[in-house]
Amino acid sequence: MALIDLANPSRFLTLANRAIPWLAGATVLAFAFGLNQAMIAPEDYQQGATVRIMFLHVPAAWLSMLAWGVMTIASLGTLVWRHPLADVTAKAAAPIGAAFALMCLITGSLWGRPMWGTYWVWDARLTSVLVLFLLYLGVIAVWRTVEDPARAGRGAAILTIVGAIDLPIIKFSVDWWNTLHQPASVLRLGGPTIHPAILTPLLIMAGAFTLLFATLLLAAMRNEILRRRVRTLRLMQARAVT
Amino acid sequence: MAATNHLDFIMAAYATGAAVILGLIAWVVFDYRAQRRTLADLEQRGFARRSEPMRPEPAIERAKQDA
Repeated sequence: MALIDLANPSRFLTLANRAIPWLAGATVLAFAFGLNQAMIAPEDYQQGATVRIMFLHVPAAWLSMLAWGVMTIASLGTLVWRHPLADVTAKAAAPIGAAFALMCLITGSLWGRPMWGTYWVWDARLTSVLVLFLLYLGVIAVWRTVEDPARAGRGAAILTIVGAIDLPIIKFSVDWWNTLHQPASVLRLGGPTIHPAILTPLLIMAGAFTLLFATLLLAAMRNEILRRRVRTLRLMQARAVT
Repeated sequence: MAATNHLDFIMAAYATGAAVILGLIAWVVFDYRAQRRTLADLEQRGFARRSEPMRPEPAIERAKQDA
């Protein structure tokens, strides 16, 4: 199947129906292995056992940014190429990205209390992630308040592309400002500064979260295509009555 | 550092993670079922997309005849 064939929602549904069970199975296996590795990983010399919170917090943070990246590319697809699945992708990814951003914020607070002595501080990294979460809520609100999917798609696409400026701010906030949050320790030019005994389970969990995101995104896109079919049939029903 | 004292924070973090992930799974599963059910209901009443033949809806046909 050529990539262009996926532009057809019916063909996409066929592919999604085949792929979702395999992706879901791979996700379960990856989480089982990742959680096992996370539980047997040694404690950090400074953080102690609370380092285990990082196996959730860091992948959730990465995925919350990846989801917005996917939405940004999809938004370009909506505004520039008018790809039929572009706004379906953007709409489906928004609640998933919001959930990951929320998970990142809560697990970060639960790590911060014992390590920093506070659940929250208005430092640049924490604040920019909170802004990302609020941007997600904004996009979801646009989709829920504008009834026509085409108009809602264009409005959400503009907000998403403007909001993408928050992604480099989140990434480089720890370099540009003095933050309580630690600097980058995995995705950095000089290579990771984390011991392999902790880095390995972290990367496995990141893989599991990425598989989960792919599974949920495909399933949510399938739901959105079905929702648009329901809308079309309801409009036909309304026209038949009048 | 007596890090094991922070077991409650670790458990709360994993409970949060599980709740968020299970919530997302429940959202897509229940939404899928709801959309399939509504589509099946509409198609049973005679409405189909352009690519499929459309059957007249008995209730609507009766309403038109009565009018």
